[in-house]
Amino acid sequence: MRTPLGWLQLRHDRGRFLVAIAGIAFADLLMFMQLGFQAALYDSNTRLDRAFRGDVVLISPKALNLQNLSTFPRRRLLQALDVPGVVDAQGLYIRTVNWRNPQTLRSATVQVLGFDPDADVLRLPEVQAQADRLKLPDTVLFDRGARGRYGEVIARLDRGEPVTSEIERRTIAVGGLFRLGASFGADATLMASDQTFLRMFPRAKAGSISVGLLTLAPGEPVAPVVQALRRHLPDDVQVLSHADYVQFEENYWRVASPVGFIFGLGTAMAFVVGVVIVYQVLSTDVNAHLQEYATFKAMGFRQRYLLLVVVEQALILAALGFIPGVLMPVWLYAVAAKATSLPIAMTLGRATTVFVLTLVMCLASGAIATRRLQAADPAELF
Amino acid sequence: MGTGAMTSAIVIEGLNHHFGRGLVRRQVLFDVALQVAAGEIVLLTGPSGSGKTTLLTLIGGLRAAQGGRLRVLGRELVGATALQLTLARREHGYIFQAHNLHRSLTAAQNVRMALEMRGTLSDGEMDRRARRILESVGLGDHLDVKPDQLSGGQKQRVAVARALVGEPPLLLADEPTAALDSHSGREVVLLMQRLAREQGCTILLVTHDSRILDIADRTLSLEDGRLC
Repeated sequence: MRTPLGWLQLRHDRGRFLVAIAGIAFADLLMFMQLGFQAALYDSNTRLDRAFRGDVVLISPKALNLQNLSTFPRRRLLQALDVPGVVDAQGLYIRTVNWRNPQTLRSATVQVLGFDPDADVLRLPEVQAQADRLKLPDTVLFDRGARGRYGEVIARLDRGEPVTSEIERRTIAVGGLFRLGASFGADATLMASDQTFLRMFPRAKAGSISVGLLTLAPGEPVAPVVQALRRHLPDDVQVLSHADYVQFEENYWRVASPVGFIFGLGTAMAFVVGVVIVYQVLSTDVNAHLQEYATFKAMGFRQRYLLLVVVEQALILAALGFIPGVLMPVWLYAVAAKATSLPIAMTLGRATTVFVLTLVMCLASGAIATRRLQAADPAELF
Repeated sequence: MGTGAMTSAIVIEGLNHHFGRGLVRRQVLFDVALQVAAGEIVLLTGPSGSGKTTLLTLIGGLRAAQGGRLRVLGRELVGATALQLTLARREHGYIFQAHNLHRSLTAAQNVRMALEMRGTLSDGEMDRRARRILESVGLGDHLDVKPDQLSGGQKQRVAVARALVGEPPLLLADEPTAALDSHSGREVVLLMQRLAREQGCTILLVTHDSRILDIADRTLSLEDGRLC
């Protein structure tokens, strides 16, 4: 077996070794946080979209994202039912509004969904179970995962005490809780019946809806029906499969909003920081051993052997730096999830991505550092 | 050359060497001719700047030769490629003025590296040979000690062990006693002499330490780049 020179050399200088591992762990931590927030952004902003029950989604062509959906005529739902394969069509009213936080009595932004409580439009079992309460006038359900100071409100509701608030000068009763979670677009979500919704917003027209959810006959392939709907319906409505609709929402945040770019840039910068740290450590290590490397060359070792020593060191640093680099974010994700009510957690996919980035980072730095090896000249030894 | 090459470890004819280019080009070796027989111990002395270290690095394949004839262990080194020089170096043992041991490796690991480079022996055999030669230089109880815990003389003895563990046909040494007191300096040189004799190794030793002149079969003197 070859003497593990790279490992022995790293271990010899404990201080430098620890600095290197800490540096890589820090770069990994930064990348994990950036990628974690990015994923949480996409995940939280599509969570409600994914909860829509429907095979095909109708939205206005002017729609940007869930918070800016615009509206289209309700008649399109009836027209959609003419297309073979479509068995049910439901409309959703969506608006963002200020309500009075029942706990702080201050104004806060909430997103309100209005729909027919008898129609099963959301894949949220808690909402389904409490649909009857929505039939009471001016009664809404509140998101347990909302961001903001709602702890006492939730505690009161859990004890069964009545909670009221005010929207557009109208007193609203909070009739129950469900769990969805905050997103970057909305701090909190209220579920309401279509009747309550229209009473809340007198200027909203019953004939203008934000989202249409179409259910197809069981086993009906989606793509041909989407094509048929596009031919059948006028241009004032956009027809998307549910999956494409979720993608549409995600694309808004990925492309049209600056947020996706910011986190991407943050990840890239963390990567560069990692390269600089590892390069510093490896090139210092090569410099410190230049005389010894020259001796190895004099003994007949080839340049390639010394390259492998640096690569060995790069790989060891990558592996050892990744361990704290992956453990710290697990904890920080929990802290961040608690503080922001965003769905942030470690995933195997992201851990793999960051590990590969760490390897690339260390090997790239190693490759730059090996250029210093040329300076090891055995003729200078005597 | 024929039969001469068979028994001569080193054959040098008309060797010139220059440093620098253009106006600062300076000749350091002038028409050097030298033959060293296999198994011979030759000392090379001369004032500093006389070119003896340059001559040693050329013979050792550490520096590319520019002109003349330089035949070491049957290989022509004038015009050799970098790879050929690297392969030639594997046949030589080197002892430097500084011990040049690897700080991160123990004495035994340092010695073992010389065997690993050849890659022909099993792990057990490499360990056994490293241990045996360290025992024969009197460091049997310092196998797992790193260089910074050894005295100067002990470090130089590890360096001797490293140079000779592969049983090279040629040993090149540059001022091996310079950093040592007279007692340990003499000890190291006698050790080199004894081990080289046992292995039938040729030694070329650059020194101006007059206390060790008596170990040589022959002493040569270099002055201003010329052998005399």
